[in-house]
Amino acid sequence: MSGTFNILGVGILTWITFLPILGMIAILAIPSGKDEISRARSLNYFRYITLGITFIQLILTLVVYSGFNFSMPGINDASSMQFIERVTWISVTGLPMLGDLKIEYFLGIDGISMPMLLLTAIVSTLAVFASWGIKKAAKGYFAMYLLLVTGMMGVFVALDFFLFYVFWELMLLPMYFLIGIWGGPRKEYAAIKFFLYTLFGSVFMLLVMIALYFAVGSFNMFDMMDPSKFDQNSILAGFGTSWRYIAFAALFVGFAIKVPIVPFHTWLPDAHVEAPTAISVILAGVLLKMGTYGMIRIAWPMFPDAVQYFNWWIGLIGMVSIVYGALCALAQFSVGKRDLKKMIAYSSVSHMGYVMLGLAALNTEGVIGAIFQMFNHGTITAMLFMIVGVIYDRAHTRSLDDFGGMANKMPVYTAIMTIAFFAAIGLPGLSGFVSEALVFLGAFKTYPVLTVISGLGIILGAGYMLWALQKVFFGKLPERWSGPWDPTGKIYKNDDINYIELGGLVPLAIVVIYLGINPNPVIGMMTSSVNHFVELIRIGGNFAGM
Amino acid sequence: MYNAVVNELIGSLGLIKPELALLVTFVVVIIADLIFKNNKVNLGLSILGTIVSGIFLIGMSGTNTSAFANLIAVDPFSEFFKYLILISTLIVLVMSEFSEELHNRDVWMGEYYMLVLGMALGMFLLAGATNLIMIYLALETMSMSSYILSGYTKEIKRSSEASLKYVIFGSLSSGIMIYGMSILFGMTGSLDLYAIQSYLAANGFFQPAIFISGLMVIAGFAYKISAVPFHFWTPDVYEGSPITITAYLSVASKAAGFAVLVRFIKLTFFDAAGSSDESWIMMNSIPWDMVLAVLAVATMTLGNIVALWQSNVKRMLAYSSIAHAGYLLMGIVVMTNTGLMSILVYFFFYLLMNFGAFIVVMLFAHKIGSEEMDDYEGIGYQAPVLASLLTLFLVSLTGLPPTAGFIGKLVLFGAVLDSGWYWLAVIGVLNSVVSLYYYAKVVRNMWLRKVDNGKGTLKFSIQSQALVMVLGIPTLVFGLFFGPIMRWAEHSVRIFLGN
Repeated sequence: MSGTFNILGVGILTWITFLPILGMIAILAIPSGKDEISRARSLNYFRYITLGITFIQLILTLVVYSGFNFSMPGINDASSMQFIERVTWISVTGLPMLGDLKIEYFLGIDGISMPMLLLTAIVSTLAVFASWGIKKAAKGYFAMYLLLVTGMMGVFVALDFFLFYVFWELMLLPMYFLIGIWGGPRKEYAAIKFFLYTLFGSVFMLLVMIALYFAVGSFNMFDMMDPSKFDQNSILAGFGTSWRYIAFAALFVGFAIKVPIVPFHTWLPDAHVEAPTAISVILAGVLLKMGTYGMIRIAWPMFPDAVQYFNWWIGLIGMVSIVYGALCALAQFSVGKRDLKKMIAYSSVSHMGYVMLGLAALNTEGVIGAIFQMFNHGTITAMLFMIVGVIYDRAHTRSLDDFGGMANKMPVYTAIMTIAFFAAIGLPGLSGFVSEALVFLGAFKTYPVLTVISGLGIILGAGYMLWALQKVFFGKLPERWSGPWDPTGKIYKNDDINYIELGGLVPLAIVVIYLGINPNPVIGMMTSSVNHFVELIRIGGNFAGM
Repeated sequence: MYNAVVNELIGSLGLIKPELALLVTFVVVIIADLIFKNNKVNLGLSILGTIVSGIFLIGMSGTNTSAFANLIAVDPFSEFFKYLILISTLIVLVMSEFSEELHNRDVWMGEYYMLVLGMALGMFLLAGATNLIMIYLALETMSMSSYILSGYTKEIKRSSEASLKYVIFGSLSSGIMIYGMSILFGMTGSLDLYAIQSYLAANGFFQPAIFISGLMVIAGFAYKISAVPFHFWTPDVYEGSPITITAYLSVASKAAGFAVLVRFIKLTFFDAAGSSDESWIMMNSIPWDMVLAVLAVATMTLGNIVALWQSNVKRMLAYSSIAHAGYLLMGIVVMTNTGLMSILVYFFFYLLMNFGAFIVVMLFAHKIGSEEMDDYEGIGYQAPVLASLLTLFLVSLTGLPPTAGFIGKLVLFGAVLDSGWYWLAVIGVLNSVVSLYYYAKVVRNMWLRKVDNGKGTLKFSIQSQALVMVLGIPTLVFGLFFGPIMRWAEHSVRIFLGN
C-alpha cells in the first residue's frame, strides 16, 4: 500500500471526492443578493468558488498522479490498489439469513481509474469556464454542478459496490436539474428522459448487486471478483451458468445505457441538444465514461465467463454503434434542424463504439486503446461542445444552414475548432489517432470482419466532420452575420472568441496535441493494469470450458 | 378457577399499560375539553398522554407474552408497530396545530384530539390482536374514529363525500371480513388464532372453505392497507380528508393493517412444526405466498400507473401510497423473517418520508391555496427550503440513494431476491422506475418551471419548518447510516407464537 496521502488526517481521495460538497455548502450559504449589484457580486462568488474548488481538485489529482505507481496492477487485487482508504461504514451483525451486513467506505485507484480521475478533474475544471454565462438561478446551478462533480469522482474511486452505486445514483438528480432548468426549449423532456433511462438501467444493476452480495456476503468488489469467496449454494456461484449470464446481461444493460450504445442511445441526442454547454461538456466528457468504466471495473472482472460467452456480441454492438452513430451524425446534414450539436452528440455514440470494440478485442492493445479512447473522447468532445457553445452564444442558432465563412470573422476560433475536429476524425499527431489505431490494432486480431466494417466509421467520421467544418468556416459569410456579434460591445468586445472561452479550450487543445505526440503519460499508467485485466478475463473465461 | 381468571386479568392489565395510558388520555381530553374549552390544553394533554404511553412502551421493551387469555399478544413485533403508531400520532397532533384547514373554522376542536387518540388506541390493539373478535373490535375502533375524522371538515363537500365513501366501503369490507371469520369459527370452533391453528393442524377439513374464509378475512385487512382490489376508497378519501388525517391514514392505519395481516397469516396458517425463521411453511399446501404475490403486483402496478395521470398532489400521494403498500406486501410474500424485517425497516422510513411530503404539501396549500401540481410551478424559488425538503422526500419515496427510501427498497428487494422470487423483484424495481416519473413531475413543476420568477419568497413559521426538518434530516441520515434501524427491526421480528 504505497503512497497514502493524508491532509488533515483525511485521505487525499476523500478530499478530491468531497471537496465539491464543501463548495456546495459554501455556495448555498451565500445569499443570492437582492438588487442588481449584490446579485452580480454573488454571481461572481459562485463562479470563483466553483472554479477554485475544481481547480484545487485538479491540483490534488495531479498530486495523486505524481505519487502514482505505474507498475501496480490493481483490478482484482486489493493489495495493489493505491491510495487506499478503508473504514467500516455500516456494520450490522447477526441478521437472520443476511448474516453480518457490512458496508465499507473503501476508496482506491489503479491504472484504470487514474486516467478517469485526471479526465474528470480536467473537464470539470474547464467546464466552469463554459458556465461563466449562466445567470438564471446561478446559485442553484453552481451548487448542482459541484454535487455532480462529487458524484462523478466518487464513481471512479469507489471500491465497494454499495458505495459505487450510491455515487452512481447521486449524480442523477443534479444532472436532471442541470438539464431541466438551464437547458434549451425541450429541456423538460430531455431531462426526464435522461433520468428514466438511467434509472431503468441502474435498477437492474441494483438487483445484480444484491444478488452478488448474497453470493459473497459483502459489498466488497474484490470479493465479488474472487470465485473462492462465492457461496456454493448461491445462484451466481460457479462458472458459465445461465444465471451468471443473466446477471452479466443485466449489469451490462445498466452500464450500456450510460455509454450509451445502440439501441439504448436515444436519450443522448436529446440530452445533449437541450443541455447548456457546460453540461454537455460534462456529459460527453465524463458521464459517458462512467458506463464503460463500470464495465471494466465491475461487469468484466466479476463475470469473465460471461464476457467470453458474449464477447462477439459485444464486439458487434461496438461495431453497430460506430457505424450507426456515424450514419446518424451524417444524417444531420439532411434531416431535422441540421443541428451541429446533435451531429456531435451522434458522433459521441460512434466514438464510444470504439471503446466497446476495443474491449471486445480482449488483448492489451485493444483494451489500452479502449481506455485511452475514453480519455481522448472526453477531452476532444468536451472541446467540440465548448466550440458549439461559443458560436451558439453569439448567433443563437446551431443550424448548419445559418453559417459559412466564419474563418474570416473568427480566425482564432477557427484554429481551435480545426484542431478539435481533426482530433475527432483521428488525424495522426493528435490524441484521437493513437487510441483509435490501438483499438483497430487490437480488434483486428480478434474479430477481423467486425473491425473492417467498423473502419467505415472512420471514413464516415471524416465525412461529417469535414463537411461541418466546411459549412461553418468556409464559403461566404451570410449577410446577417456581417456586422459585429454584439453592436453594443457590452458582452462581446471583439468578434472572435474571448479569453474566458479560450481558458476552457486552450488547455484541452494542449492536452490533445501533446498526447497525440507523446501518449505515454496516459498509456504508461494503465499498461500494467490492462495487462492484468486482460489476463484475468481470459483465464476466468477459460474456466467456462473446463 | 375464579382466582385464576382474576389473576390472569390483573396480570394482563400490567401488560397493556401503553393502551391504558391512551385510554385515560382519551377520557381526560373529553373532560378537559368541557372544563377548559381550550384547544391548546387539549393538544397538550394529548401529546402528554402519547408520551406517557411511549414511556410505558419503553418500559416494557422485550416482553414476549400474551395477555387476557390470548386476546392480545405483547411481543417485540407489536411493540415496533406501536412505536410507529405513537410517532405518527405525535406528528399528526403537532401537524394539526399548524393546519389552517382545521383551525380556520368555527367548529370546536375538542373531539378531534379525542378521535385521534381513539384511533391510536384501536391501532394499538390491532397490532397485538390474536383473537378474531379482538381483531374485529380493534379494527372497528380504529375505523369508527377514522370515518369521523376523514369527514371532520364537514362543511367542505369533498370531506363529507370522503367520509361517506369511507364508511360505505369500510362497512362492506368489514362485512366480508366478519363473514370470513364466522366461517373460520364455524369450521374450527374457536376464535382464538392459536386454537384455530392447532385445530387446522390436527384435523382434516375442507380445504377450499379454509382458503375462501382466509381470503375473506385478508380482504378486510387489504382494505385497511388499500391493496388492490380493495383500494377504491383511497384516492377520494385521501383527497377529501383534512390532510393531517390523510397522512395519518396513509402511515399509521396502514401500519396497523400490515401488523394484523402478518400476524393473522403467520399465526393461523403456518405450520409451526415445519417452519423456521428462514422459511415459514404454510399448512395444507394453500399457496398464500402466491395469493399475496398477485396482490402485491396488482397493488404496486395499479398504484403506480394510475398515479402517473394525477394532477393533484394529494391524490398522487394517495396512489403512491397504494403503490408502497404493494412493495410492502412483497415482504410478506417471501414468508421469512428477513422479509418481515424488511417490512419493518421500510415502514419506519416510509413514515418519515410520507409524513414529510404531506406536511410540506399542507404548508404549501396554506400559502398558495391549492394542492394542484400546476400551482406548484416555480414554488422552489419562492420557498427554497421547504421545496428542497419536499424534493428530498419525493426522491426518497422513489428510492434513490442517498436517502432512507433507498435503504428500504434495498432491504426489501434483498429479502425478495434471497427467497428466489426473481420475477417479483424485477416487477418491483420496474415499478420504482415508473414511480420516478410522477414524483419527478412535482419536482419539475417546483424547480424547472418559472425559474427565478421574482415573485418574492413565501414566509413559513420557524416551527413548521422545524417540524419538516425533524423528518427531513433523518430521511437523509438514515440513508447513509441505517445500522440502528436495521438492528431494531431485526430485534422486532419475533412474533409471539403461543403456548
